[in-house]
Amino acid sequence: MNDEVINLRNVWVHYDSMPVLEDVSITVYQHDFLGIIGPNGGGKSTLLRVMLGLVKPSRGEVRVLGGDPEHNRRYIGYVPQYSLFDINFPINVRDVVLTGRAGHALFRRYTDQDKELAYNALKMVDMLPFENRQIGELSGGQRQRVFIARALAAGPKVLLLDEPAAGIDARMQTEFYELLEKLKEKMAIVIVSHDITAISIYVDTIACLNRKLFYHGSKEITPEDLMATYQCPVELIAHGVPHRVLREH
Amino acid sequence: MIEILQYGFMVNALAAASLAAIACGIIGVYVVVKRIVFISGGISHASFGGIGLGYFLGIDPVLCVIPFSIASALSIGEVSRRTKVSEDSAIGIIWTMGMAIGIMFISLTPGYAPDLFSYLFGNILTVPRSDLLIMLLLDIAIITVVYLLYKEFLAITFDEEFATVIGIPAHKLYLVLLCLIALTVVVLIRVVGVILVIALLTIPAAVSRRFTDDLRKMMVLSIFFAALFSITGLYMSYALDLPSGSTIVLVSGIVFSLLELFRHVRRNPPLSAV
Ligand SMILES: Nc1ncnc2c1ncn2[C@@H]1O[C@H](COP(=O)(O)OP(=O)(O)OP(=O)(O)O)[C@@H](O)[C@H]1O
Ligand SMILES: [Mg+2]
Repeated sequence: MNDEVINLRNVWVHYDSMPVLEDVSITVYQHDFLGIIGPNGGGKSTLLRVMLGLVKPSRGEVRVLGGDPEHNRRYIGYVPQYSLFDINFPINVRDVVLTGRAGHALFRRYTDQDKELAYNALKMVDMLPFENRQIGELSGGQRQRVFIARALAAGPKVLLLDEPAAGIDARMQTEFYELLEKLKEKMAIVIVSHDITAISIYVDTIACLNRKLFYHGSKEITPEDLMATYQCPVELIAHGVPHRVLREH
Repeated sequence: MIEILQYGFMVNALAAASLAAIACGIIGVYVVVKRIVFISGGISHASFGGIGLGYFLGIDPVLCVIPFSIASALSIGEVSRRTKVSEDSAIGIIWTMGMAIGIMFISLTPGYAPDLFSYLFGNILTVPRSDLLIMLLLDIAIITVVYLLYKEFLAITFDEEFATVIGIPAHKLYLVLLCLIALTVVVLIRVVGVILVIALLTIPAAVSRRFTDDLRKMMVLSIFFAALFSITGLYMSYALDLPSGSTIVLVSGIVFSLLELFRHVRRNPPLSAV
């Protein structure tokens, strides 16, 4: 199938011999809008970082657009859970978003098209009025929007969003999910979130991750089930009723 | 000031100050914004090995420093990535290894080492023409690389992980940046010496950060400040017969402190006023 964007086969990740991901297999297709839920420490961020080639699996295979993640990750738009950067760094919002183009504009100047893509991305997240601000002079939520714009500016084929809505106000959250609805025409989207309500309203498929990944390419669980049972291990939450068999995992 | 220009060595000293200002003004900005002051300290101190080698081989030590400082830059950049050694341990090891090698070579060199002190603490009044040429060529190299890679350097210094994800060879470019620091060290050796290099790599950039939020403007400003500090220091050391390297460093430090103090007073009104 050539509309596969990301493909993980039997991926294991260990940190100091502690398994963090166990035998995870998943395929993300072109128009997928996938939500990943799971408890803290369940391995959600690690999973995204494996897709990006930032974490090397100890076993298993990762393909991005049929190739190495190192090579093809420039087609991925990534919004990390935490960005590691210096708040006092002398850079303004516009230039931060432009760095989203830097991979495509490697070793050449930014063209007008690069600048236009960055401009449009800023507009999409409603941050145009702030384009000349130094990055540290924004609120946390505003900064998160800038990082979303930075990911969009790359013109990605897939967006990986690690709790992008954390710290974003209610109005912007609605707008944000509506923006994602529009974007999914053009790209695959994988979103990690603890906001199960929002997830269950907007995404097309849900995966549950707690070291092991439970994913059947559908949204088979109702929000009520999830809300009621989220305190339990994820295998029980999502699959307890329809897939009793999974208890044996 | 005009009449002292009649002395050839003064003209050389001014040229050296300007060439040094260009290198440290540009590269110092990266050192400060990427917070790699300690790494730069490691590179500059380790470069002392090259000076020792120069004495031992009877070659211009400034030339000998180039391979040495580049090698230390690359080692610092690679060791912590390839091994489990943490970055600051790696810096500490390479820092002292380089210095130890330098001392070893000097002690193996017959006779005594003339103007060793000037390589350690700088002596801008004795820069030979041949070294000016080296400094000029290194400046040209630094300006060219920064001009060509400005956008990539901005991306990796701001957010290295994102830069990697977006498809920039971030680690390779980081090594290039460390090499530029190594070359800047070479340019600065004659002016402030390997021990005091860090002052010129940090103070002008830190001062210019007060005046702008734009990396490019910061570079221009910090070239200006570096030149101002070096030339003021040079003049004072000449007029008062003080060692030039430390005078330049002290002038920079005093200006920096005054600016900080002034800023502090202005921003925070005294308690009684609140
Ligand atoms: N660099 C690291 N070194 C060692 N262990 C790590 C590292 N990063 C993550 N871990 C461990 O891996 C596990 C998964 O972490 P991960 O960040 O993927 O969880 P998460 O699902 O994103 O959690 P959260 O909801 O809190 O963001 C955790 O148990 C964590 O302690
Ligand atoms: Mg996480």
